[in-house]
Amino acid sequence: MADRHVSISRRDFMIGTAASGTALVLGMYLPLGGRQAQAAEQAPEINAWVVIEPDDRVIIRVARSEMGQGTLTGLAQLVAEELECDWSKVETEYPTPGQSLARDRVWGSFSTGGSRGIRGSHQYVREGGALARALLIEAAADAWDVPVGECSAAASVITHRPTGRTTSYGEVAAAAARLVPPNTVELKDPKDWKIAGKPLKRLDTLEKLTGRQVFGADLQLPGMLNAAIRACPVFGGTLTAFDDAKVRGMPGVRAVVRVHDNAVAVVADTWWQAKTALDALPVTWDEGPNTKLSSASIAQLLEEGLSADDAFIGNRTGDVQTALADAATTVEAVYGYPYQNHATMEPMNATARWTADRCEVWCPTQNGEAALQAAAEAAGLPATRCEVYKIHLGGGFGRRGAFHDFVKQAVAIARQLPDTPVKLLWTREEDMLHGAYHPITRAKLIGGLDDKGELVGLRVRISGQSILAAVRPAALKGGADMITFQGLLPHGDHAISYTVPHLLIDHAMRNPPVPPGFWRGVNINQNAIYMECFMDELAHATGQDPLAFRRRLMTNQPKNLAVLNAVAERVGWGTAPPDGVHRGLAVCKAFGSYVAACAEVSVDDRGQLKIHRIVAATDPGHAVNPQQIEAQIEGSFVFGLSALLYGGCTIEAGRIQQENFDTYPSMLIAEMPQVEAIVMPSGGFWGGVGEPTIAVAAPAVLNAIFAATGKRIREFPLLNTNLRAA
Amino acid sequence: MATLNVNGETVDVEVDSATPLLWVLREQLGLTGTKYSCGIGACGACTVHIDGEAVRSCVVPVSALSASQAVTTIEGLSRDGSHPLQVAWAELDVPQCGYCQPGFIMAAAALLRSNPDPSDADIDASLTNICRCGTFNRVRRGIHLAVGLDKSGEN
Repeated sequence: MADRHVSISRRDFMIGTAASGTALVLGMYLPLGGRQAQAAEQAPEINAWVVIEPDDRVIIRVARSEMGQGTLTGLAQLVAEELECDWSKVETEYPTPGQSLARDRVWGSFSTGGSRGIRGSHQYVREGGALARALLIEAAADAWDVPVGECSAAASVITHRPTGRTTSYGEVAAAAARLVPPNTVELKDPKDWKIAGKPLKRLDTLEKLTGRQVFGADLQLPGMLNAAIRACPVFGGTLTAFDDAKVRGMPGVRAVVRVHDNAVAVVADTWWQAKTALDALPVTWDEGPNTKLSSASIAQLLEEGLSADDAFIGNRTGDVQTALADAATTVEAVYGYPYQNHATMEPMNATARWTADRCEVWCPTQNGEAALQAAAEAAGLPATRCEVYKIHLGGGFGRRGAFHDFVKQAVAIARQLPDTPVKLLWTREEDMLHGAYHPITRAKLIGGLDDKGELVGLRVRISGQSILAAVRPAALKGGADMITFQGLLPHGDHAISYTVPHLLIDHAMRNPPVPPGFWRGVNINQNAIYMECFMDELAHATGQDPLAFRRRLMTNQPKNLAVLNAVAERVGWGTAPPDGVHRGLAVCKAFGSYVAACAEVSVDDRGQLKIHRIVAATDPGHAVNPQQIEAQIEGSFVFGLSALLYGGCTIEAGRIQQENFDTYPSMLIAEMPQVEAIVMPSGGFWGGVGEPTIAVAAPAVLNAIFAATGKRIREFPLLNTNLRAA
Repeated sequence: MATLNVNGETVDVEVDSATPLLWVLREQLGLTGTKYSCGIGACGACTVHIDGEAVRSCVVPVSALSASQAVTTIEGLSRDGSHPLQVAWAELDVPQCGYCQPGFIMAAAALLRSNPDPSDADIDASLTNICRCGTFNRVRRGIHLAVGLDKSGEN
């Protein structure tokens, strides 16, 4: 049966690993799950999502990747809810992308980005659980020779109600696996949930507390070699030559190889040996056409775009030109947002084994199917002869989804050492210099208010970089990159939070030769700063309360208004904050969820910022695991505020200037405010939770800084800005 | 060649003496719970104990260590995940991606050793590890919970 492929892959891997018999693998948890190969051979697959072991253990297959956001547990909860299984017996397993290919994509998309892990697959994974339950009940009814309708299931036990007879899922699983599933199945009303919707603990915590969780960077395979790599630090540059004679005699060095047209790698017994030899390797580069590229030249390009004629329209209502001309008051501001690196704690890595007829890759990836395609392309083999084994990620944030440069490199190296597993691990410096950077943009905003202080016209011009133009040009719509307008669109998952009678939001696309990429939140992060800080500017310019000013523009956006009201009420907006403390608000819709935040900050005489308290509300429609949503809300403030305070990559001579955490800092625990999360699911829709709150983190704090200082900051990060200086 | 005392055992490792302790732990001893992230002592993912003190092992060459110094890694913090911090971390579901968590736990364990009931300010001053997922508030609660567990004698 089809499940055998999964079992064989795992068994080969486990036997291979065990056979190495060295201290290197002792105490390690293998990344393909804790199941024993022998049991897996016997365990019946009820359907693609559910395997039941004879001892009643339930293995739930999860196609999306776990990178900290809790999707592994949330998706398992949804399957288990419909399966009516005993949650204490649940384990999880990643199906492989190769299996998906062989089984006509039975698990659907593997892509784990855009806060889509749960909202993009809840329907079919719940159906998978429900269909499996139906088959298990039918198998029990068959065995008892009673009508199916007289049987029901709860906590992995099937009961024949008239007689009280019971059996377990494990006992009937083999028979259930042979039955033909029904065509349709009814899903539970979320109000009847017992497993989903509950603040259950994560399934992946314990291994992360003892060092047993194996990340890609930790992988050890028998006979494996290690590679360190350096690509030309100038964007667009290529490798000219390297003098491997200088390092071939160094300890452990096995090979020095060219990787594609722009990189060189040293392969050695250990990674430290490889890295040491790479540091000693003389390399000459052809730095290519971008050696004059700098942050200043990019700023000039974007500045021109602020008033250029060419622009793609993202949202237009009425006649903004006339509205602004007739306005009693106009307010204008220009904001700018920098390049940023994902800076996942685990640097990019992949392990590959290549032979002339097969290629296998082990890697942390947000999209196993894309990793498989990348591996196949680099291997020169059809995807059917390749396989990818996913490993939990040490952070993803968008870096490991659309980009598998590290997989292609690992395979390119492994091709030069056939039948030898090679683990490629980037240094932090390589990771900082060769990112897929949060795109750079600037925005000019003009608001027009009538004599009553009502906003009658709003003009927003965004100038800057498109992700899709570089990464997925086929997804452009008539040349426009609609992702640029996240949070500003007329409708959908990223709709604007306000109704303004005359509105024009457009984008002058300016694409510097710095590779852009998706990023946790991506464009909603700066768009929410532009929009929410500017709303604050408009309110203050006309002497209005920022909450009351927003509320009047939100009568058509009741869910946006509800989260804003929730934070205002909890924080006590309108009452006096503690001495020296000032408040700021932000609200938006992102990834289908409604989010709002209020920040309480103080700024001392020297300009030192202290963020004391955040109140944040999220309406994700359905809340699959409320305690994990709270964790995502808290974490979003770390990610969003790290970006605001420190996240800036600058460019000189065509290369990134920040190479490590000393020059690209991240927020520390001492800077972390208290966060009060309000999870308020209103039902009827499925929104994401991993990213939306990031968008309100920075503007809420910025608006509070303005309240404290009277100074409006419009360039980021704050790293080198004195908040008190004029 | 270097002789080290790691998690209570004396081990000889064949390695260049300039090799950082981090890479000896990971590559010679297979103790991969100690993570590489920055390599310059800036992030704390590689935190281990040397004689009970938190040390960033990516910037400590093995030549600086002798067999009389006790190195403890996350794998040696407890036999079975029962250190009060590990119990508290499990109770609060502290980790997200988890990559930085061994470093956080080791840094927090060293703090508790010198300061059994740290204030928030003590935690702020001594935990300077980086977490990009954003677990800080649960880390803080986890330390306070571990202190409570220890006092109540549950562990």
